[in-house]
Amino acid sequence: MSEKVLMKGAEALAEGAIRAGCRFYFGYPITPQNETPEYMSRRLPEVGGRFVQAESEVASINMVYGAACAGVRVMTSSSSPGISLMQEGISYISGSGVPCVVMNAMRGGPGLGNVAPAQADYLQAVKGGGNGDYKRIVLAPASIQEGVDLFVDAFDLADKYRMVVMVIVDGLIGQMMEPVEFKTTVDVNALKKPDWATTGRHGRDHANIISSLMMDTATLEKWNLELQAKYAQVAATESRIEEYEMADAEYAIVAYGTMARIAKTTVRTARARGIKLGLLRPITVWPFPTKQLQKYVGQIKGALTVELAYRQLFEDVELALCGKVPLGWYGRGGGVVPGPQEILAAFEEQFGKGR
Amino acid sequence: MEHNVVIAGFGGQGIMLIGELLARAGMEQGKEVTWLPSYGPEQRGGTAHCAVVIADEPIASPLLPEPQAAIVFNRQSLDKFEPAVEKGGLLVVDATLIDHKSERSDITCVYIPATDIALQLGNSKFTNMVLLGAYLGKANPIPLESVLAALPVFLTGKKATLVEVNRRAIQAGLDFVSKP
Repeated sequence: MSEKVLMKGAEALAEGAIRAGCRFYFGYPITPQNETPEYMSRRLPEVGGRFVQAESEVASINMVYGAACAGVRVMTSSSSPGISLMQEGISYISGSGVPCVVMNAMRGGPGLGNVAPAQADYLQAVKGGGNGDYKRIVLAPASIQEGVDLFVDAFDLADKYRMVVMVIVDGLIGQMMEPVEFKTTVDVNALKKPDWATTGRHGRDHANIISSLMMDTATLEKWNLELQAKYAQVAATESRIEEYEMADAEYAIVAYGTMARIAKTTVRTARARGIKLGLLRPITVWPFPTKQLQKYVGQIKGALTVELAYRQLFEDVELALCGKVPLGWYGRGGGVVPGPQEILAAFEEQFGKGR
Repeated sequence: MEHNVVIAGFGGQGIMLIGELLARAGMEQGKEVTWLPSYGPEQRGGTAHCAVVIADEPIASPLLPEPQAAIVFNRQSLDKFEPAVEKGGLLVVDATLIDHKSERSDITCVYIPATDIALQLGNSKFTNMVLLGAYLGKANPIPLESVLAALPVFLTGKKATLVEVNRRAIQAGLDFVSKP
């Protein structure tokens, strides 16, 4: 299939994952991403895969852990409170150095919150969540098409680095329909079975053992140093950004995902009024595109961070640009999504008329 | 060039369907499209709406805080979206179900007895298509033919026999607003 089809985001992303070679899905329902497991339950058996609705999110992520140890392409998806329940498993998977993909359709929080679009799990996704010194690669698509394309990268990156890759979206991307094209179909039979997979000894001289438990301090420190070296390599090579209308920009909005998409309209409106505004949209939020942002030190007179959260993305922008570029911030919470005009009003309030 | 519209009414009136039909037809025309539904703890009989954007350029924001047009199927939706329609925009109202006129003088208002027209065609369920036809006639976002051609995608199996009458409903709405 290379022609465009009109699909709901949550279903298109599921199909994108299957095209990327995902054959195993374990999950537990939660709005606003239920169309993803529903689609998986129908489609995975058709392609020789397996779908299991687990009894809880804790069970789901541990089933993912098990499948990941067998060296297959596996994922789960959930929404904020469900993702919180999975943090222990994500830490174990990271500590064991096995690959998987986890999608979070972020919703309003804290607690049960509501089912409206939010970006308030940013810090949980990029900085922490589970215990210990681990990192995930975190991809933040702004459209359904980009999400579908990024799923191929998500599984490739997970396999390459033996890391958890998170794809963070929100209910708006999940519920929306857009034309989408499935450009890549990974042949799962052509994927090399990893030599660390726990799928039987097959005459090998050693047994593969996967664990995150290392009681000996020196052993665990050595393992941590290996992980840190890997994370440093990922940080140096895998960060991505979209730079929109930045060539002559005097000001920039920094935003990701849905918020960046809305801010793009703000940029167009501002440009029509003669304000030289551009958009810096991190596609990877970990590794954060710090260097790409720092390129504009000296060029821009201000950067406005816009997010569906309270100063979470802003922390990373501050780390990248603090003291070098005047910073502003505008965010909304509780599932409220501001329109392009509200962002422009916030920009003008904080940076004058941008001239 | 961009056309956008909010379609709003009770759940079950076929609001999401005509939005999707419009988006689908736009896609077949090679346009960029987005279809964004209201979602959440919805219930039968509750209000629902969707936002459709059809554009030549890649669509940035799919949100429509100030839509160019609104098609409203009930009074609550009229009250909610009438103030939001942009200056110079279009408001399409089912005059059978909504006994109220807009007080705005800076937008074009179309009052069409859509449910009555649908009943004349045999079933009030065609009301959504009548209103869609009225919108197409006034706003002309994409050619009528492309919308008619997309109908069979949504009416399959047993419903395939309804393609023709739905086409007539769209045409009836369009004819109503095209009268001199």
